[in-house]
Amino acid sequence: MGVEGIGARVLRTEDRRFITGKGKYTDDMTMPGMAYAAFVRSPHAHARIVRIDTGAAARMPGVIGILTGKELAADGIGNLICGWMIHSKDKTPMNMGQYPAIATETARFVGQAVAVVVAETRGEARDAADAVEIEWEELPAIIDPLQAIAEGARQIHENAKSNLIYDWEIGDSAAVEAAFQRAAHVTRIDLVNNRLVPNAMEPRAALGYYDAGSDHYTVWTTSQNPHVARLVMSAFYNVAPEHKLRVIAPDVGGGFGSKIFIYPEEIVCLWASKRTGVPVKWTGDRSEAFQTDAHGRDHVTHAEMAFDGDGTMIGLKVDTIANFGAYMSLFSSAVPTYLYATLLSGQYALPAIHCNVRAVYTNTTPVDAYRGAGRPEATYVLERLVETAARELGMSPAELRRRNFIRSFPHQTPVIMNYDSGDYEASLDAAMKAADYDGFPARKAEAARRGRLRGIGMSCYIEACGIAPSAAVGSLGSGVGLWESAEVRVNPVGTIEVLTGSHSHGQSHETTFAQVVAERFGIPLANVSVLHGDTDKVQFGMGTYGSRSGAVGLSAIVKALDKVEAKAKRIAAHLLEAAEGDIEIRDGEVRVAGTDRKLAWHEVCLAAYTGHNLPPGLEPGLKEGAFYDPTNFTFPAGCYICEVEIDPATGRTAIVQFVAADDFGRVINPMVVEGQVHGGIAQGVGQALLEACVYDRDTGQLVTASYNDYAMPRADDLPSFKVSTTETICPGNPLGMKGCGEAGAIGSPPAVINAITDAIGTNEIDMPATPEKVWRAIRASGLAEAAE
Amino acid sequence: MYQTTYHRPTSLAEAARLFSEAGDAAYVSGGHTLIPAMKLRLSAAANLIDLRHVGELKGISVTADEVAIGAGMTHAEVAGAAEVKGAIPALAGLAGSIGDAQVRHLGTIGGSVANNDPAADYPSAVLALAGTVETDRRAIAADDYFVGLYETALEEGEIVTRVRFRVPEAAGYAKFRNPASRYPMAGVFVARHGDGSVRVAVTGAGNSGVFRAAEMERALAADFSADALKGIALDPADMMGDIHGSAEYRAHLVTVMARRAVQNLGQALAFV
Ligand SMILES: Cc1cc2nc3c(=O)[nH]c(=O)nc-3n(C[C@H](O)[C@H](O)[C@H](O)COP(=O)(O)OP(=O)(O)OC[C@H]3O[C@@H](n4cnc5c(N)ncnc54)[C@H](O)[C@@H]3O)c2cc1C
Repeated sequence: MGVEGIGARVLRTEDRRFITGKGKYTDDMTMPGMAYAAFVRSPHAHARIVRIDTGAAARMPGVIGILTGKELAADGIGNLICGWMIHSKDKTPMNMGQYPAIATETARFVGQAVAVVVAETRGEARDAADAVEIEWEELPAIIDPLQAIAEGARQIHENAKSNLIYDWEIGDSAAVEAAFQRAAHVTRIDLVNNRLVPNAMEPRAALGYYDAGSDHYTVWTTSQNPHVARLVMSAFYNVAPEHKLRVIAPDVGGGFGSKIFIYPEEIVCLWASKRTGVPVKWTGDRSEAFQTDAHGRDHVTHAEMAFDGDGTMIGLKVDTIANFGAYMSLFSSAVPTYLYATLLSGQYALPAIHCNVRAVYTNTTPVDAYRGAGRPEATYVLERLVETAARELGMSPAELRRRNFIRSFPHQTPVIMNYDSGDYEASLDAAMKAADYDGFPARKAEAARRGRLRGIGMSCYIEACGIAPSAAVGSLGSGVGLWESAEVRVNPVGTIEVLTGSHSHGQSHETTFAQVVAERFGIPLANVSVLHGDTDKVQFGMGTYGSRSGAVGLSAIVKALDKVEAKAKRIAAHLLEAAEGDIEIRDGEVRVAGTDRKLAWHEVCLAAYTGHNLPPGLEPGLKEGAFYDPTNFTFPAGCYICEVEIDPATGRTAIVQFVAADDFGRVINPMVVEGQVHGGIAQGVGQALLEACVYDRDTGQLVTASYNDYAMPRADDLPSFKVSTTETICPGNPLGMKGCGEAGAIGSPPAVINAITDAIGTNEIDMPATPEKVWRAIRASGLAEAAE
Repeated sequence: MYQTTYHRPTSLAEAARLFSEAGDAAYVSGGHTLIPAMKLRLSAAANLIDLRHVGELKGISVTADEVAIGAGMTHAEVAGAAEVKGAIPALAGLAGSIGDAQVRHLGTIGGSVANNDPAADYPSAVLALAGTVETDRRAIAADDYFVGLYETALEEGEIVTRVRFRVPEAAGYAKFRNPASRYPMAGVFVARHGDGSVRVAVTGAGNSGVFRAAEMERALAADFSADALKGIALDPADMMGDIHGSAEYRAHLVTVMARRAVQNLGQALAFV
């Protein structure tokens, strides 16, 4: 059965329905009597609501109800929360402004919901929404985070002390200062990590249904973590009591982090269903997605790295301003702190690190976790610094990295993380070999003959995945534990259902999780089904993000499998009159080791359910659950090498080679892992070359509010990737997995930019490195002579 | 989208009659400009008159000096037409470089020319190939047809029926694409005609839509080579500037694309 087990390139079970258009997404759900919601949204980045007149709109055809923040507040629906407490260095708690699901007094970003219309058809709801009259008093908008914390800046939240949400630090500043005092060389860099729009293929949607007969609530929603949604909606937003609320996240077409958060629209659909007495559906359109899905990244950073005389890193200091947008989204506070600054040691034995982070309100869409969440930002700072330093020191970038790699494990960094395993040299070597690094000068010369500037850049990233030990994150401010739960239900015929709290929205759990189960008992993959995404079926779960499903979700399944196996062995030992310790389960058979005495797997399962002949005192049935709380983060790492050719006349960058060598620990399905890396690199290349979320500095309007202006990576922007894995087994979880979902997006941006700066001979370029920016940089650096 | 009533005429006369009777109406051809605008509620005609079933708008005819393309021909049909490829390969190449496969199989030359998007590809070819826009009322020379941003000489309800192009001695098209929309950010169509004249038309870059680059035309008429364009710089004041490219950058790109068009006659090249 090895062909379908761990390590096998099994085709995805999910593909049949996705490829044939048979997926069932939230918008596919319908109910008798269902009505449609359309939101009235703020056209202003910052404005006071003077008056809302719904009179004319309410008389329009098909309108069932129009609700505003007033009704929401009257019904006691709570404000949106940020679930991770961060304290500033002066010990004060973060400065949280009130975030009502529907704005009552002030709108603080373009697109914020100010009213909702429920009508019989989608078109009628939209027409009536257009007819709601709002009198606004426009207020000045602040878009630039530096301006937001400048002296005398206008308060964005009246009830919050300032636009500075927190001023946080980590690390030993005295040790860092001492290192810089004795440094032989210091490399400095100023960076912008560009704001991104997540762009999941499926826009967010919700269908809320209140059943008055049983006083029960159901919401179908585009969520990466339906149980967290249920918890938050009941415990904090007061929409429905937890035991009477069912949250279903059916097929979800991509999330990249943006569907972790509980948004106003899902709360409002559920609440509006109770208010209006009909099921209420909302499906966001692409414009709403651009304006209201939590954005990602958006850092401004100054960083300095100190070296001793032989190129050994002795200190790092980083100062970052993180733009949070108008409100604190659900996990926003953790992203530029514990998911960012704690990764600033990278793959290097850095003895002293200090990082200061200021989080800031602006009149823009809230910012939260987006694929990689904090770790791409950290990798970008570090890997651009290292590459810059190598050039300044006249060392090869590979050599400088090699000299500073961490080589023994476990390794305690100065910024909390304790790396458990890794072999950074192995991935560097593998990547350099795959990239034919040594052949680069010849390729550069050949490109020059064609009038092209060729450059090569690398990036050695580390990330912390498998988030996370509950006690540890609790001590750092998390409002929840970050374990996972699983249940393994063996049917009387030996088929198996696995229920997991790890939601799948592109990660292929239905395939890879089943592979692990099939391998355990040697049964066909087709006899295993994986269920997720329904709080009525799966008892609990913390959801999918931070590349945690393998390391945490699958570990919970393994724990449950252990229990199932133990019980099956007890039953088999009884039936075969052998000692429990002699029973082995393999290839679909349960046998007494070293003998020909055996039962088929399904015979043991049936025996468990007939209960006719069980060991004394043993309960019938074969179903076990488990909770798994990780003991540490996991630390995937790798080396990416990008090679570009630039047309100096236009500034256009073509990626001509991209190599990834990743250490993800144990790989369950190499094909799925490659797919994750491909997608991640595409997103990273998007950030590096194309994607820029731009606001008008004066009006606060989102300029890049459609694909006409927001450049997404396309297939022809990308080369065929050369991906491979090196493997060090993670000692922290039963399968030795580290996680692969975000690596591509984390490791690739600095590799691309390092290649560009290598090609153009100047370091002065920010992401996205658009043709015009590159063209200007080339002209500034004098290389323009090479152009036509 | 707002509510709209759909009409499907099968002749030009019926289409024109429907338009005049309907009051608030719009023609739709490929719908690849109009329908997205309607979905965003930026456009809201109460009546949509579909021109796709009007036979008079179909067909391609080629003579020694002229290629005439029915307004209803899709970009893919033009790109794939052997007679167009034979007579003016750069024109077929241009059609084949518009948007993506879906766009090319629905979008039409008539719709593109009627819409006159300042970043559309076709207008540059119509202008450089001394084209004529035929309508159900008259024939309009290219030089008189393109008026400004999304503005043409068309009158209310006038239907583009055919676009005629003069067959040049040699022509080339090169464009630099906007990385987001992939419409040209600087597209230059260069044509040398039998009478010795050279026409250079630029799309995507000008701040009042497609235009002819007179200085380039003069330089190329004297010396039809890429080198003749060296040093010719357009005035950024006449260029469009946005988040994708400043006026200065666009002005620079126009020269680069013009040179590449001359270096690659008989082709349409797209960068990015
Ligand atoms: C994703 C995408 C990418 C695109 N990329 C490009 C690109 O790179 N380059 C490019 O040039 N274009 C591009 N386009 C535009 C595309 O080529 C359009 O189809 C074209 O510009 C309009 O043609 P249509 O037939 O779709 O016109 P429609 O959308 O049907 O109509 C456009 C306008 O013209 C009017 N109209 C239509 N036909 C006639 C007629 N016969 N007589 C009078 N008026 C008429 C309509 O009333 C309407 O006002 C793109 C479009 C999309 C959606």
